[in-house]
This record gives sequence, structure tokens and C-alpha cells, in this order.
Amino acid sequence: MTINALPPALIMILGGLLLPLFKGRARQALLLLLPVISFINLLQIPHGSHWILPFLSDQLVFGHVDKLSLIFGYIFHLVAFLSAIYALHVDDTIQNVAGTVYAGAGIGAVFAGDMFTLFVFWELLTISATFLILARRTERALGAGFRYFMVHVAGGLCLLAGIMLQVAETKSTAFGLIGLGTTASWLIFIGIGVNCAWPILHPWLTDAYPEATITGTVFLSAFTTKTAIYALARAFPGTEELIYIGATMAAFPIFYAVIENDLRRVLAYSLINQVGFMVVGIGIGTALSMNGAIAHAFNDILFKGLLFMTMGAVMYRTGKINATDLGGLYKSMPWTCGFCIVGAASISAFPLFSGFVSKSMVMEAAAHGDMRWVWFILLFASAGVFHHAGIKIPFFAFFSHDSGIRCKEAPPHMLLAMGISATLCVLIGCFPQYLYSLLPYTVDYQPYTTSHVLAQTQLLFFSALAFTLLLLAGIYPAEIRSINVDADWIYRKGCRQIYRFCRWAFDGINEWANRTFAQQFTKLLGQFFADPGGNLQKYGYRLLIETSGIEGQYEQMARKISSRSRSASYPVGIGVLLAVMILALTSILLILM
Amino acid sequence: MSKQPIDMDEELGMFDKPANVKRLLRIFYTCVVLLLIVDIFYHKHTIFAWEGYFGFYSVYGFVACVILVIVAKYVLRPMVMRKEDHYDD
Repeated sequence: MTINALPPALIMILGGLLLPLFKGRARQALLLLLPVISFINLLQIPHGSHWILPFLSDQLVFGHVDKLSLIFGYIFHLVAFLSAIYALHVDDTIQNVAGTVYAGAGIGAVFAGDMFTLFVFWELLTISATFLILARRTERALGAGFRYFMVHVAGGLCLLAGIMLQVAETKSTAFGLIGLGTTASWLIFIGIGVNCAWPILHPWLTDAYPEATITGTVFLSAFTTKTAIYALARAFPGTEELIYIGATMAAFPIFYAVIENDLRRVLAYSLINQVGFMVVGIGIGTALSMNGAIAHAFNDILFKGLLFMTMGAVMYRTGKINATDLGGLYKSMPWTCGFCIVGAASISAFPLFSGFVSKSMVMEAAAHGDMRWVWFILLFASAGVFHHAGIKIPFFAFFSHDSGIRCKEAPPHMLLAMGISATLCVLIGCFPQYLYSLLPYTVDYQPYTTSHVLAQTQLLFFSALAFTLLLLAGIYPAEIRSINVDADWIYRKGCRQIYRFCRWAFDGINEWANRTFAQQFTKLLGQFFADPGGNLQKYGYRLLIETSGIEGQYEQMARKISSRSRSASYPVGIGVLLAVMILALTSILLILM
Repeated sequence: MSKQPIDMDEELGMFDKPANVKRLLRIFYTCVVLLLIVDIFYHKHTIFAWEGYFGFYSVYGFVACVILVIVAKYVLRPMVMRKEDHYDD
């Protein structure tokens, strides 16, 4: 079939790679235009599979378009555009290219119709994301970027191994429902899980995102984890394991978030918490829960992006991001403060804000499935996310004690990006039907019932009451300049022990071998071959003396042998002697065998 | 970018005045109490039975956050907190 459009990812990736050819205003215009052109191009593509190329014995599909891929395609374009506005001041070729290509890779992955195409875009996400981290150009960012790359390469290889086995088993490269069971499916499952930041596999996220550039983190928060959510929704809907993984993700990061000092790291933990809700939704696998998971991914991209933008703006103006250094900024940055509160209300799922209309779908699906414990954990996580992302972020940055910092309001383009995001959060919260109409399954869901609104409002207000009372009573943990070790300890400290052990063991063997063979043995050989004929006679003569017991004449004889060999008065040459010796040795060996 | 000494003559922000903070807190406490009172009169339509109990969401929200903070501060922090240069050696 021929259509007058280009593959969905092509414009962003190709355009991104061409950016270095442009400078100044032209490049800025292109950065803003690329997502728009790419979006218009996407609208021209009808449902179905397009751009099918033969590959080995199978085929590559660059454009598999259905409702599930489209909703991710829409939000990826939207957030790419918003991030481009936010990053308009960045005149750094590496960041400009990496950000645009990164967005393109995300778009390519959600429209990939086969597993090989998915894998290629999956890896492109990793590579471009690494540059967004490295572009901070600090020592910490260098380390974090390196670790980010290593973890994702490991995850990518796991995915690739799974894909290979899967293709060998099913004889099909098509990317669709897989379901857990075979080794291949487990490898794919875990490979996706790395990008999804599952517990223990997660620390790349909380390690790297807060170390990336101010604008880079805004890009990063949107694509990698949400592409993984898309892949899970496509390949593993209704997988029970996901419910437990998701519930753990929703619960454990909030404890870390409460004691974390770096506010962007607090947001990184709450990102895992929110992705947990989506993973639970996919695990439940009903139409309502799947819709909830996908709608929540859509909303999370907007409000998490917004929160990272506000914290980025604070960092841009003050150069600080630790809660211990900030406070009282509402006077200097009132608009940023306001947008931050909108983002906080959205992530906390306040009625009339976007989180409310999507998170509740997952909660209700869990209740319908009579999953009591999961429901209790999710309710706990809902209260907890309000506590750390909803209150802690705005409170410590903009209120709390006055840090004495007086700065300018965020620049206009940042305010514009934050303003559009905040407006969308409120619009989706007030008119959820437009979002619902984009969802892949038809479900009649009404978020605004009196019972539900009342229940959620009570939950949040009493969470806020707990925060207020704990703060006034001095029990709320004071922010401390510190770091909190997480599962990344395994490879940041644990692996050093392995390295030390290896160095001790292998370097030991190496040193011994060097001493014995390279130094002592060659020295002996050298001494012997300096005068092989004479030495051989001396050793033979000494052996004779020692066995026969006759003594006293050795020194005299040795001197005689030396002088004879120096004057080379032998009837046969040394070469002949050695040849005879080798012949003798081989004949002994032959006889023995 | 600049950290200037606080200018005493500058207009005080809204929350620099303790009276305003007190007023805000009073409004907040009133809301909290009202929300609890509503629970007496309005019976929620729920899926689980316990959701309909008086004050379930209020108590759960409050207790959850207190537990969250206590556990984070007294259990997690002593376990995981390290100096800022922990990984730098």
C-alpha cells in the first residue's frame, strides 16, 4: 500500500541529525517545527501496517498504527514539542541533536511492528539519552551517564536474546501479544523491565535523571519508561506478576522520596511510584485497568514533565536544587511556583486535575478484581505521593524557611512550556472525555461521582494534615545533606569488591607467572645457552661425582671444561650436540608411548 | 543567580507574616473538620464494604502518612543514609 506520508520516526531522527547544519534562529525554528511537522505527518497515516521491508527471512515493519500506538504517538509528539519550547535557550549541538533524536526514537519504538525494529529504536533511546546526561559535563554526570549506558546495554542485550529465541521458536518477528511462559518471553519481559525501572533494576533512573542537564531531564522523564509501558501493554497485558511488581514500585520509592534532599531525585522516585500504577493496571489486564494504565501514562508525561520543568527553572535561576539550599522562592518566582502547584495537584490526583481521572481507573479495576492488598498498597501510595511530590516539592522549594535567594522569574519560553503543560493538566482533569476517546478500549467510566470525589478529597486533606502536624511537631525529617544508598550500591560499591578480589587473584597469578617464567626461567635458559656444551659437561660431571662419592677434583675439572669450550676445541659443534639431544628426547618419548 | 542579603525594607511576602500563616492553617483545619463531618451525612457508594465506614479515607490518609514518615525517618534513613561523598573514593 502506498501512502503519502513518511515513517513516523523519520522526521524527528533525520531532522535531529541535520540540526548541526543550522545555527541560531534557524536551528531554534527547526527544533520547534520538527515535532509539529512530524505530528502532521502522523495524522496522515491510516491504521494498519506500513513501510514493510524484507529482512533476512522475515520483514521489518516501520509503521504499525493502531489505537494503542497512536495515543503514545500523540503524547510523545506533544511532549517533544513542549520540551523543545522549554529548551529553546539551549545552544548546545549535542543536547539539541540528542533531545530530538531521543524523542524520535521513542516515537519509532511505539510504531515498530516487529521486534527487530523495536530493538533498534530501543537502543537508539539508550544512546541518545546517555548524551542528554553526559551533556551536563560534570564529573558526577559522567559517572551517572556511564552507569546509565551500562545498565541499559545489559537490559538491551537481555531483550535481544529474548527476541532471538522468540523468533526461533515462533518463526515470526511480529511484535504483539507474547505472554509469560518460555525462556524467550522471560528474557523479553526482564529486558523491558529494565527500561520500566522495576524494583532492584530501577536505580539507573534515580541515579541518572537528577544528574542530567536541566532540559535533558524533562525529555528523559517522558520517553524511556513510557516506551516500556507501551511494550508491556502490547506484549504482556494481564500478566499477574506485573501486579506485584507494580505494587512494589508504587510503594517503596515514596519512603526514599521523604528523606531525599535533591528535589529532582525526589521527582525521580515519584516517577517510579507513578509508573508502578501503570504496571499494576497492565497486570490486571481488564479493559478498564488497561485504559487506566495508558491514560495515566499520558497524564504522567505531562505532569511529571511539568514538575521537572519547574524544578529545572529553579535550578536555572538559582543554580541549586537541594531542599537544604532552597526555600521562600514564591516571592521571586511566583509563576513557576503556581505551575509547580498545578503539577503537584495533578500528580496527587486532586479532583479537577489530570491524575484524578486516570489513577482512579487503576484503583477501581483493582477493587473490581477484589485485589484487596493491592488496593490497600495503591491507596497508601496515593496518600504517599501527595506527601512527597504534592507537598514536599513545592513546600521546600518555594515556601519553608526563606533561603535568602532572590532571583529573576523563569525566562519566558520556560514559562510558556510550563503554562501549556499546566493548562493541559487542568483541561484533562476537567474534561476527561477527550482523553478517554483516545484510549484503545471502549469503556464507560465516570470519574466524577460524589463518593469518589469525597473519598479522594478526604484522603488528600488528611495526608496534608499529617504533614502539617508532623512538621509543626518537629517530627518531619529535616533535610540533611547526604545521599541514600539504593540498589545501585550493588554495582557502585559491591562491584568494586569484586574488582578488588579479581585484582588480588588474577594480578597474583600474573605476577607469579611473570616472576617464574619471564624472569627466572629465561635467566636460567640464558645462562645455560651461553655455553651449552660446557654446561652440559659440567652438570653431567657433577652428577657423576655426587652419585659415585668421589670428591675434590670438581673445581679443577670445571675449569678445564670451561677453557676447552671457550677455545671451541670440540670435535662436534654445539648445533650437532643439541640436535642429538632432541633426537634422544623424542626417541625416549616415542618408546615411552 | 544572586544571593543578596535580605533587604529589610523590601515588602514582606505573604507568608513572612505569621498572622497570614496562622490564618491559612485555620482555614485548612476548618476544611479538614468539615470533610469529616460530611462523612456522617453522606454515605458513599463503594465497592469494598470498609470504604463506607465513617472516616475510613480520612483515617487511612492520616495514618498512612504518619507511618510513612516514621518509617522513612527512623528505619530507612539509619539504614541507607551516607555522606555525600560516599561513592566518590
